[in-house]
Amino acid sequence: MKEIISHIWQIAKKDLIEFSRDRIRLVTFVIMPIFMMVLTGFIFPSQTTLKDVPIGIARLDNDQISEQLIKALKNLSMKDSQPAFNVKTYQSEDEVKEGIKKQEISGGLIVPEDFSTKLAANGQAQIIIIEDQANPQISAITTQVLEQVVNTFSQQIGTQKVGYLLQKEKVVPSGEAAEKTALAFLKPITTKLLGLIEGETNYFEFVAPGIMAMVVMTAVMTGLAGSVSREKEQGTLDGILISPISRLAIILGKATSQSIRGLAQGVIVLILAILLFGVKIYGSLLLVFLLLILGIFSFVGLGILVSASAAEQETATQILFMFQFPMLFLSGVFFPIQQMPKIMQQISHLVPLTYAIEALRKVMILGAGLTDIRTELIILFSFGLITLAIAMPLFRRMITR
Amino acid sequence: MEDIIEVENLTKKFGHFTAVDNVSFKVKKGEIFGFLGPNGAGKSTTIRMLTTLLRPTSGRARIAGYDLEAQQDQVRRYIGLVAEKIILYDRLTADENLQFFGRLNNLKPAVIKERSDRWLRRLGMEEWRNHQVGTYSTGMKQRINVVRALLTEPDILFLDEPTLGLDPQTSRLIRDFIAEVNETGATVILTTHDMHEAETLSDRVAIIDCGKIITLDTTENLKKMVKNISNPTFEDVFLTLTGNTVRDIASSRITSASRRWHGRPTNRVR
Repeated sequence: MKEIISHIWQIAKKDLIEFSRDRIRLVTFVIMPIFMMVLTGFIFPSQTTLKDVPIGIARLDNDQISEQLIKALKNLSMKDSQPAFNVKTYQSEDEVKEGIKKQEISGGLIVPEDFSTKLAANGQAQIIIIEDQANPQISAITTQVLEQVVNTFSQQIGTQKVGYLLQKEKVVPSGEAAEKTALAFLKPITTKLLGLIEGETNYFEFVAPGIMAMVVMTAVMTGLAGSVSREKEQGTLDGILISPISRLAIILGKATSQSIRGLAQGVIVLILAILLFGVKIYGSLLLVFLLLILGIFSFVGLGILVSASAAEQETATQILFMFQFPMLFLSGVFFPIQQMPKIMQQISHLVPLTYAIEALRKVMILGAGLTDIRTELIILFSFGLITLAIAMPLFRRMITR
Repeated sequence: MEDIIEVENLTKKFGHFTAVDNVSFKVKKGEIFGFLGPNGAGKSTTIRMLTTLLRPTSGRARIAGYDLEAQQDQVRRYIGLVAEKIILYDRLTADENLQFFGRLNNLKPAVIKERSDRWLRRLGMEEWRNHQVGTYSTGMKQRINVVRALLTEPDILFLDEPTLGLDPQTSRLIRDFIAEVNETGATVILTTHDMHEAETLSDRVAIIDCGKIITLDTTENLKKMVKNISNPTFEDVFLTLTGNTVRDIASSRITSASRRWHGRPTNRVR
């Protein structure tokens, strides 16, 4: 046993020394996670806020009331007091539609000719919102915000009208109380949003744990397969294979060096996320590392399988790519898997990365503890154990054909 | 003399291709046993099987008294290998390489140091020991590679074309070194298609072609087999037995091998 551990360490140490002297590999090792973080951090829209979204408005009615509505839209600002909309004025509904077609605007709002007449006659007036179907993500938020603005405005008018009535009929004495009662009539139930942690979370906090898990685990898988096939190609593997050491020590030595590298990359991602993108970790950092280590463990078996079966580096890379690409989408790195169709959700739960990411999110964003992620930990561990149990004898057979 | 390697009906097939076909031979303890044959004859495949790197399709072999199939770990304790490809890491220094492979063979760092000191000095590589192997010439790499194979002071040393692509000086140095190592009692299995390397070093030579051993005898006896040429060279023996037909790239090397070399006495059969 002591001998095996010593052999594992010898091989791991040798791999790490070799790696540390390869400048190009060292540079890409650091740059890759930085790229991933910066790209996803800056490119993906922060979905909860709108900033300067161009919209078109055609006001076919000249009354003061519709002017107030437009003003409210123009003045609407989100978090950092920047206007949410960049309002452009059009003359007709068709012009607004044309504007969307040309992609000058990401949505439109039409105030029909009879808007104020209907309101004045105590009828129900209508505002038309036109969505940009070519751009579903932006469009969804835009139309949602537009609807909210119109609803609030509509509620204000309603409150005024009902308040006026209540006062006229002497149900309530003063004007102020009248409006309060009117609001209670029109909107008897209100909601309050309460999060588990203080402050707002952004999309990046959702993505960061996913990227971390993905970077670490793909690094271990590609690293392991690459390192074994490289030694196979160069012939140095023969030197290790003819030593009287356990075959287990060979593969575990390789896995150890790759895991250390993977963890180091994980730390780079974590530091970047904290420093560059203000991600906060609400749970225990120790638990984050435990999850990363278990995540790596769950992938070692797959890595061994690939490295044993591929005779050349190129083949190994191709097999890995086949695995990684679908995994990227299935594991919910970028989009929550709850949004996927049922069948895809089931498939995604066959991928160990999914569990690692879900658990990391729970710990990092929601501050979950050990007991909250028990299931994920058990699944990751068993997945690793099973794949390792399959991979080891295969590795033994395949390296000596 | 006791047999240290016994091979019985060893066969290796890759798909439908038979690389080694039902080969049997014995190697005596302490001898230098030459494997001579054109490229693709099955020399390397045989070596790879005997060093546990390839699994035989059928047949048996005993190495140092251990069964090749069932007692791989014991077999590995008795062998050293210089393979076709140099087994050294380019980004490690000579010393680091030797320490690494020595430790894998359960040698203490001090023992590795002592042995490598001795052999690096002998092969003139002492001053380069702290340079990365990647900066060496092929000849320098091969010298370190030989030291690596010898670290465990193996009873059996397998050398797969150890002087291929080396300059005459380094080839000579390595040949002399192999002879010295053999003097200390190590059995050497040598593959080559260099005629005078086979002739000068080997006690006995097996000529292998198309996966089969055509003949196996001392170099002197092999020369006697050629009847139609007076005073035949070893190359004549080889060409008589394997035929004059050019096969792939093998031929160019064989015909360019030097014809005569009056060096060390060749008859060292014990």
